[in-house]
Amino acid sequence: MTGFLQNTFNGLVSGAFYALLALGLAVIFGMLRVVNFAHGAFYMLGAFGAYVLLAEAGVPFWWALVIMPVGLGLLGMALERAFIHRLTRLDPLYNFLLTFGLTLILQDLVKGEYGVRSSPYAAPAELNGSVDLGLFDFPTYRVFILGFAVCVCVGVWWLLGHTRVGMVVRAATERPELTRAFGINVGRWVTPVFGFGIALAALAGVLAAPMRAVNPLMGADLIIVVFAVVVIGGLGSIFGSVAAGFGIGLIQAWGEAYAPAILAQTLVFIVMAAVLLWRPAGLFGREEAPA
Amino acid sequence: MLRIEKLSASYGEARVLRDVSLTVARGEVVTLVGRNGAGKSTLLRCVMGLHDSQRGTVELDGRDISRLPAHRRARLGLGWVPDDRGSYATLTVTEHLTLPPTVGPDPWSLDRIYEAFPALHTRRTSAATMLSGGEQQMLALARVLRMGARLLLCDEPTEGLSPLLVQQVGDILRQAKQHGVTVLLVEQNLHFATGVADRHYLLAEGEIVSALDNTEVHSRERELLSYLGI
Repeated sequence: MTGFLQNTFNGLVSGAFYALLALGLAVIFGMLRVVNFAHGAFYMLGAFGAYVLLAEAGVPFWWALVIMPVGLGLLGMALERAFIHRLTRLDPLYNFLLTFGLTLILQDLVKGEYGVRSSPYAAPAELNGSVDLGLFDFPTYRVFILGFAVCVCVGVWWLLGHTRVGMVVRAATERPELTRAFGINVGRWVTPVFGFGIALAALAGVLAAPMRAVNPLMGADLIIVVFAVVVIGGLGSIFGSVAAGFGIGLIQAWGEAYAPAILAQTLVFIVMAAVLLWRPAGLFGREEAPA
Repeated sequence: MLRIEKLSASYGEARVLRDVSLTVARGEVVTLVGRNGAGKSTLLRCVMGLHDSQRGTVELDGRDISRLPAHRRARLGLGWVPDDRGSYATLTVTEHLTLPPTVGPDPWSLDRIYEAFPALHTRRTSAATMLSGGEQQMLALARVLRMGARLLLCDEPTEGLSPLLVQQVGDILRQAKQHGVTVLLVEQNLHFATGVADRHYLLAEGEIVSALDNTEVHSRERELLSYLGI
């Protein structure tokens, strides 16, 4: 029983990363209709940035948790202005080429500077040790990640549901043309929304730094699963991406613990295929209306 | 108030509007009648700034707005009532009403809207797409009144509505007119059109073929009905 609960808890912690990354992808796709294949690279930059800040400038984890999302969010906004916004009128193939190309560039820039070996990053002292959860002890840092990610997801959900900005984003996501006809400059919201999605990826990256090996390819490994998560949840669905993120984290953890190794590796993609057969738009996605 | 001069528009190779010119004076209600595919909706979309390939000029109060993007036109006082009613699945009724900025000198308050449309008040926290067709139509009209739009562009607001609701839509438009609101109305229902409008333009294959007043519509009703294929 304890083992099962521990696996479950670990699954939720990996799910927290999937949820944060999928959430950013969903927000971006909703507003821009762009699938950001560079999302994993920004996650990696978030983690790497935290590492560099600490190793070379002595900036602690808590500051990195603020600096990296803000900094990379701004970089994301600049990239949106310079390149991404040109995609709107082009064939979706260019969406893939541009954002994937961006991934390779960012990865190789980091590789060129720091190599491919993994760099250690210590969790902040306050979060060392473990918490007694009744049945078992659990690392404090993991409890923190889970709590923090849940707060961020709930916060984003609240922001979208209960603020004027959220209302505008919902309207522009669902029916951009109609929203423009009601006096809202949809284009003005696109850049900040892209930056916000990137900031979420950066945040996930900083959170991952003390827990996972910090290396230039960490995003590439993760993002494949995140795309499965997004497809399962329904592309562009905020709730779907978060729910599927935690769900896939659990399935993976249980699979690794109880399923034969060969199945555990592919479980996520089996689930994805099954969901697509059953609901082609994903669990919480809406069929795209023909343009 | 609104002056359209030699407006042409096309979808790809197909021209749907050819050199259309028309005017609507302040406080007037003018309808565009014509068969399906005559270009009526496209004309409204051109005025709203939602159609990409167009030539000609659209003037609002003497100002050329042909180059302005849709959101700027809305802010100058254009209120669009789209033919699909323009409901969002992800916004509540109240959010539909408060999403657009107020743009005119006489925006309706939420209280006044809910007093005039009690059905919307009872459903105010529902997603708009859960409303009945008639309620969604009321919401589309209420939204532009709430904006305080000075020129309403209404695309078949009576389509698919029960006679009682059609009458209600007529009342709303007449009320708006009394407050000085100008209306350009796309309409197939001639009876409704003559009940609310001052003048009519007959559109055929992208061209205005005649301009009619109410008495002319009445005297030529049979001919017009057969022409419209109703």
